Amino acid sequence: MIRYIVRRILFLIPVLAGVAFCVFTLLYLTPGDPAKMVLGEMATERAIQEFREREGLDKPFLMQFANYVYKAVTRGDIGRSYVTKRPVMDEILAAFPATLKLAAFAIVIAIIIGLPCGILSAIKQYSIFDTAAMIFAMIGLSMPVFWLGLLLILLFSVHLRWLPPSGFDTFQAMILPSLALSAQSISMITRMTRSSMLEVIRADYIRTARSKGQKESVVIWRHALHNALIPVVTLCGLQFGQLLSGAILTESIFAIPGVGRLMVDSIKARDYPVVQGGVLFVAVAFSLVNLLVDLLYAYIDPRIKAQYK
Amino acid sequence: MDAPVLKSNKKRGALMEVLFRLKKSPLAMFGFFFIIFLAFTAIFADVLAPHPYQRQNLSHAFETPSKQFLLGTDEFGRDILSRLIYGARVSLQVGFIAVGIALFAGGMLGAAAGYYGGWADNAIMRVMDVMLSIPQTLLAIAIAAALGPGLFNLMIAVGISAVPNYARIVRGSVLSLREMEFIEAARAVGSSDLRIITKHIIPNSMAPIIVQSTLGVASAILNAAGLSFIGLGIQPPYPEWGAMLSGGRQYIRDYPHLTLYPGLAIMLTILALNFLGDGLRDALDPKLKR
Repeated sequence: MIRYIVRRILFLIPVLAGVAFCVFTLLYLTPGDPAKMVLGEMATERAIQEFREREGLDKPFLMQFANYVYKAVTRGDIGRSYVTKRPVMDEILAAFPATLKLAAFAIVIAIIIGLPCGILSAIKQYSIFDTAAMIFAMIGLSMPVFWLGLLLILLFSVHLRWLPPSGFDTFQAMILPSLALSAQSISMITRMTRSSMLEVIRADYIRTARSKGQKESVVIWRHALHNALIPVVTLCGLQFGQLLSGAILTESIFAIPGVGRLMVDSIKARDYPVVQGGVLFVAVAFSLVNLLVDLLYAYIDPRIKAQYK
Repeated sequence: MDAPVLKSNKKRGALMEVLFRLKKSPLAMFGFFFIIFLAFTAIFADVLAPHPYQRQNLSHAFETPSKQFLLGTDEFGRDILSRLIYGARVSLQVGFIAVGIALFAGGMLGAAAGYYGGWADNAIMRVMDVMLSIPQTLLAIAIAAALGPGLFNLMIAVGISAVPNYARIVRGSVLSLREMEFIEAARAVGSSDLRIITKHIIPNSMAPIIVQSTLGVASAILNAAGLSFIGLGIQPPYPEWGAMLSGGRQYIRDYPHLTLYPGLAIMLTILALNFLGDGLRDALDPKLKR
């Protein structure tokens, strides 16, 4: 088990290095001279030259990349905002709690709604509930999160006046954004749970459990669900990563001061270090969540544990 | 596979067989016809649109649907229906071309990885792993931010971000096909690698690729609309559904029709493609048949 964990963590290093390389290359290719962006258009030729030397911008590409990684690992320094001149990391860390809260709310909603719907759909396959759930899941998958958000605001804030259209301080304010963000995940989890349950229900050991006279509820809850949940756990982890990036659109609609909103504002202001810093940050968060899920997976799936005994 | 399926296989061509099976699913047929309808609309946009998409008429701004403007007008008095019709052109272009880019690049990489194995496989798939560890929407945002706005850049950004999906699928099916006897036979009669890949392996791995591509067009359109919504895609005044939504957003309290119709257009298109993709998956995979 320890070997598996160590292996999995070591495997993360080249992936993160690769992500950093992608992000750095994209930043490098982005039009606009960083020196001019930081110092302003009116800066003298000499000031620009000095800035370039100080920041290592006159070095070759790979040297710059090595420097970027070095600074990121040792000091958490991933550049400065062109607009506020503050370190990108500070800006992102200030915004991250809001995004994390939003994504966490959304994944909880998605599991609470998606899991029972999927299980029920599978148990009552081809029933009216199953058909309806599958059609709703498909609609949920096809709904652009930004449009769903606007529709929710229109219905619950403008017409019914039940919930506030923006903000994230109160519980009421969190309901609409988390609901909008979770729609796709609800659909994915419902569909995955259903198909996973359907596969398991037809397995031989379920027939064995039934034929030895086990109660139907025990068969479903203990034998079937335990095994059917394994792929669903992986999906939930992947969904959490999707939610972190889906939050970009949701936050900009509900005016939540999270990483996504920061990125969108930075895109509009052409503040590219913040944009790419945000991408790097979310990608790292996504990788870490997937690592956690993989470790959890090893814990709940005896087959993986057995491989590394 | 049961006997009747085998029999009908002999009578019809492969394409007709798929269509025949697709017909059994009403949702898939809805998707199929909706996409054909949309493609028709996009191609003949110049004839079908009642007004030019860019014509402003401030005295008619914010009109609700009427006989003259079937879906109303936007903040500049432009006809929403006409803009939606031209928007179909943009969305379908982005969807299909982005998937084309992803399929071509991902297919080549995946086929090479699966066919040659060894270090080529390792190198290619590790790069794909890196790309997969950045969520797709986010990767598209990063690429689009580096390339700058515009239709072509949007297609590239959305296309590249989807490459690993196709590389994985193609690699998987090539790996399973590589050991098959008919491939060995082709090798035995002296076919070149290129010939084996293009004539034997690719045609036999079409089913999962077709399904993934159909669903891929849906997610490409959704991604592109999202990018336009946050100002990274197509720039005004050219009508793109996501950009129209973004433009109408600030008037949602008083004039919700500015955001309702473009959103509905996006949703129906994605829904149709998803239904079609799901239907195709069932139609192309005899094992999954009920």
